[in-house]
Amino acid sequence: MAGTAIPGRLTWQVATVVEARDETPRARTLVLDVPEWPGHRAGQHVDVRLVADDGYQAQRSYSIASAPQDAHVALTIERIANAEVSPYLCDVLRVGDGLEVRGPIGGYFVWDVAIGGPLMLIAGGSGIVPLMAMLRHHARATDAVRERIPVRLLYSARTWENLIYRDELERLGESTQVTVTFALTRQAPPGWIGYRRRIDRAMLEELGWPTSDLPRAYVCGPTPLVESVSALLVELGHDPSRVRTERFGATG
Amino acid sequence: MQPEELRLDGNAAAGTLREVFAAEVTVMLATCAGCGAERPMGALLEYGDGMGVILRCPGCDRAMLRVARTPEFVRVDASGMSLLAIPRAAE
Amino acid sequence: MADQPFIARGFHGRRPTGPAGRLPPGQYETRDFPVLSAGPTPRMSLAAWDFTIRDEGGHSVRWSWDEFLALPRDMPTVDIHCVTKWSKFDTRWEGVSIDTLLDVARAAGVSDGGFVLAFCDGGYTTNLPLADVTGGKAWVAFGYDGAPLPPEHGGPVRLLVPHLYFWKSAKWVRGLQVLERDRPGFWEQLGYHDRGDPWREQRYQGD
Repeated sequence: MAGTAIPGRLTWQVATVVEARDETPRARTLVLDVPEWPGHRAGQHVDVRLVADDGYQAQRSYSIASAPQDAHVALTIERIANAEVSPYLCDVLRVGDGLEVRGPIGGYFVWDVAIGGPLMLIAGGSGIVPLMAMLRHHARATDAVRERIPVRLLYSARTWENLIYRDELERLGESTQVTVTFALTRQAPPGWIGYRRRIDRAMLEELGWPTSDLPRAYVCGPTPLVESVSALLVELGHDPSRVRTERFGATG
Repeated sequence: MQPEELRLDGNAAAGTLREVFAAEVTVMLATCAGCGAERPMGALLEYGDGMGVILRCPGCDRAMLRVARTPEFVRVDASGMSLLAIPRAAE
Repeated sequence: MADQPFIARGFHGRRPTGPAGRLPPGQYETRDFPVLSAGPTPRMSLAAWDFTIRDEGGHSVRWSWDEFLALPRDMPTVDIHCVTKWSKFDTRWEGVSIDTLLDVARAAGVSDGGFVLAFCDGGYTTNLPLADVTGGKAWVAFGYDGAPLPPEHGGPVRLLVPHLYFWKSAKWVRGLQVLERDRPGFWEQLGYHDRGDPWREQRYQGD
């Protein structure tokens, strides 16, 4: 049910890593088999807990990348140098290992076809992960639903190589209902004619849905990006209650 | 790096708060006792203190919810919230 | 549900093991200086800044920024211990000893009490026994690592009480209220310890 405060079990469980693959030089997807997984909604996350043999603990949250219909849970982790958890998940954890998770968590930053559109998705860096779950969910819907709910994605990353799910996003962007735009902020490949700067008001005006369409916007990524983009959307006239945000904290 | 650049939002605290409220808190609508603004808890600002959860009003920075766990209790100070509206399940 | 926690294969965290005897129980050494805050960074102009020590009877003494900087200063090098389990060794500070400030306060008629409540820009408070901020154990610090204390670490001025858990070293401190009876501050209201000695693991009330 959309928007309800759903009670229920939320306990730590040991999932098994069934697949691991690199998405970019800095991002890796882990596919987990989670026992008694109740299913999830696009946009939700899991908490991950690592306990060392001396009792030392670290805990982080990771957005679910997979579509709600998938049996397994995919997480995409951005490897942050000298961090505590992401290097472990990217470099040490391997297929067959156990990983303690709890979830799914979230109810505000979620989207499913029942919520409707048109849909405006704006991501910075690893903020693409929960939006990818939304896109994958959208891609599985019937043609009629997808006609009714067009999607525009604006995804900002430092370089072409850092765009996570790039090939899949380009494929999704080939359909008429989905428009995918990349903005590169640091370095572009030769011949790049796309945006070469941070997301700003002009970009949002060019790419966003008109306010009269009453779009639903989801903005996710580093905190400064999320706050600046959501403020700009409101400045452009979008209803704040139709702009949902999820902050990922520091930039990389 | 300033605390503002590191701050998260109610989504990040949702797992911890689910243990306290036995419900998904991010969809609850909270009214700030300071400025009167009503927002979903997922939209409140979370400061990563590590000692507990602090959710602040994005409009006036008032601490709307403070939660800390000690061995015997979880204490919740919601005095910064004058009203909480919890969506009901569809019948 | 398992009673034993699941041990993550090959996970050690990023901490080095600290030298024996220097780490309080349950702590891990860090080489970073994590920024942990209960709220946004207050912005305060130094022209408007002041530091106050007052009692419950209405006596107080105030220093402006210039007056504060004219006070005798120390440069303590200390280990600090956060209740979230990280400890950092050999941190270098510059500040005014609270003994110096209390001497001036007493001379100005501010009465003594068993406790102090530090109050800060942004509304944070923390309580401490007076005995824990006197005798050369505590400072009001404006310098860190040879430079002015940065805002994200509490600048312009923070409390520095290194022998207690670091939540007592209140950031953006603006003064001390001297109390006869202890009164819990921001975290103490939620169950954290009134004193906070890491060597006795005084994390929570009743520890």
